[in-house]
Amino acid sequence: MEKTLDLKFTYTEKKDTRSGFGDGLLEAGRKNPNVVGLCADLIGSLKMGAFQKEFPDRFFQVGIAEANMIGLAAGMTIGGKIPFTGTFANFSTGRVYDQIRQSVAYSDKNVKICASHAGLTLGEDGATHQILEDVGMMKMLPHMTVIVPCDYNQTKAATLALVDHVGPAYLRFGRPVWPIFTPANQKFEIGKAWKMIEGKDVTIFATGHLVWEAVVAEAMLREEGISAEVINIHTIKPLDEEAILASVAKTGCAVAAEEHQINGGLGDSIAQVLVRNHPAPLEYVGVNDSFGESGTPTQLLEKYGLNAANIVKAAKQAVSRK
Amino acid sequence: MQQVSIDQLQKISSQVRRDCLRMVHAVQSGHPGAALGLTEYFVALFFKEMQHNNQFDMDGKGEDLFFLSNGHVSALWYSVLARNGYFSTEELGTFRKINSRLQGHPATHEGLPGVRIASGSLGQGLSVAIGAAQVKKLNQDDKLVYVVMGDGEQQEGQIWEAAMYAAHHHVDNIIAAIDYNGQQIDGPTKKVMDLKDLKAKWEAFGWEVISIEKGNDMAAVLEGLAKAKSMTGKGKPVLILLHTEMGYGVDFMVGTHKWHGVAPSDAELENALSQLEETLGDY
Repeated sequence: MEKTLDLKFTYTEKKDTRSGFGDGLLEAGRKNPNVVGLCADLIGSLKMGAFQKEFPDRFFQVGIAEANMIGLAAGMTIGGKIPFTGTFANFSTGRVYDQIRQSVAYSDKNVKICASHAGLTLGEDGATHQILEDVGMMKMLPHMTVIVPCDYNQTKAATLALVDHVGPAYLRFGRPVWPIFTPANQKFEIGKAWKMIEGKDVTIFATGHLVWEAVVAEAMLREEGISAEVINIHTIKPLDEEAILASVAKTGCAVAAEEHQINGGLGDSIAQVLVRNHPAPLEYVGVNDSFGESGTPTQLLEKYGLNAANIVKAAKQAVSRK
Repeated sequence: MQQVSIDQLQKISSQVRRDCLRMVHAVQSGHPGAALGLTEYFVALFFKEMQHNNQFDMDGKGEDLFFLSNGHVSALWYSVLARNGYFSTEELGTFRKINSRLQGHPATHEGLPGVRIASGSLGQGLSVAIGAAQVKKLNQDDKLVYVVMGDGEQQEGQIWEAAMYAAHHHVDNIIAAIDYNGQQIDGPTKKVMDLKDLKAKWEAFGWEVISIEKGNDMAAVLEGLAKAKSMTGKGKPVLILLHTEMGYGVDFMVGTHKWHGVAPSDAELENALSQLEETLGDY
């Protein structure tokens, strides 16, 4: 279906976003001697092997002990290091929420919590690992920056941007190979939304893997005569309220699309901005108060209503409510 | 190491105990029991053993670092910091009050000099201290990292994650201490959740373990610290089992968990202070 559409963004290669993190971390390590890496027995999954090989003294294998990893990272900021922790998103957040809250966020430590295998697209491992609440947990923490990049290139750029950002941050990425549709060596500005496609009838705010689905949805909507604006919200906190309001002031309605629970996700943050400043119809594309299950990423996105077709449906619903 | 006599350290300890009790009494909240029990150890560290700078710098390069994992003994730490000139002793009067830097449990958020990490939710401080110790090595900084934990806190799983890690990574520039008073909020540790043989457990995890049997005897504390220091730099992390008595120094508070988190009344404070000489002037 994608091939027959007139897409505004295209790709020649697919790669996993976690590789963008691994490659970004290696480059960050070369640029800044204070960058250190910690991993809880998932070096291969997190693509941290190249960093470990090149900087063995700056890499710390923690074993299957995520709570300790977060505490260690907080301690390593004392003395000037910039720790990047790596494990699955579930074990990066839910398992260690209190450690992050007290030792990192409340203590305002310059720790970068890097989380792979987030969301449904983790696939076959099933719901125990498919965390869909992590963005909500992290964005609630004072001091915490929350970033969810959309493809390999953007994940690499986000990883590099975090080196120069002072303060705790959560970087969420994933397991599946995914289209690389954003430019290599892009400038990544934390907190700045990226208007990818200009439109006038409805705004699609998307984050993570669903940005690609939004790009596909825009083409599908265009075929039906609906002009959609696609905005890539790679930084969920701090949220680019100005960009959100400027777009909705023009289009008059919106869709929020994310691989996360509707409760507590990007859509909730956008709703707060709209309700306070510019009430307008908003539709949610996200997981509706449920756990995931085993399956392929494509099957899961379809079953749980997160693919391009669902974004199209939500966009039409938003337009009809204007 | 600072040149201070045992007699002077004992006098300081008496004043620090007065501070703790007056702070807790003033707001009728806080944790006097363990604070009184740990007084000698804190005074020994901050007035003699540690090389530290009261012109506080978060990174603490070139100085010994201290971390408190059982954050509820905050009153003790605040008193020792103030009496070391990190901030004025008058500020002790703001303990646990609104708009204070002296939070109920230690925090960095208000910028209190001396505190490098928030603590209070138990089990986290050892990990943080180990991370800081590893960075000292990366920075070719030969100073030590000290951390104090509670014994009840040994029931937290994260402690054992950290214990396993430090031995595996040969973090031998850290001296951890367990306040081994045998008490926790709900009663004696033996009844609540028996710690069994802590020495054997820590040794099995790969640590050098020494005991200070009389943790409220300044000479014994200094001797133990000297021994612990001599064991650093030899490939293994070092643990002190610091046997203390909760509530030490006040006859009606000593040796019971009842004063873990209870403030003295006016009469009780008066009674307690009559047992503790005012040596440096009350704040």
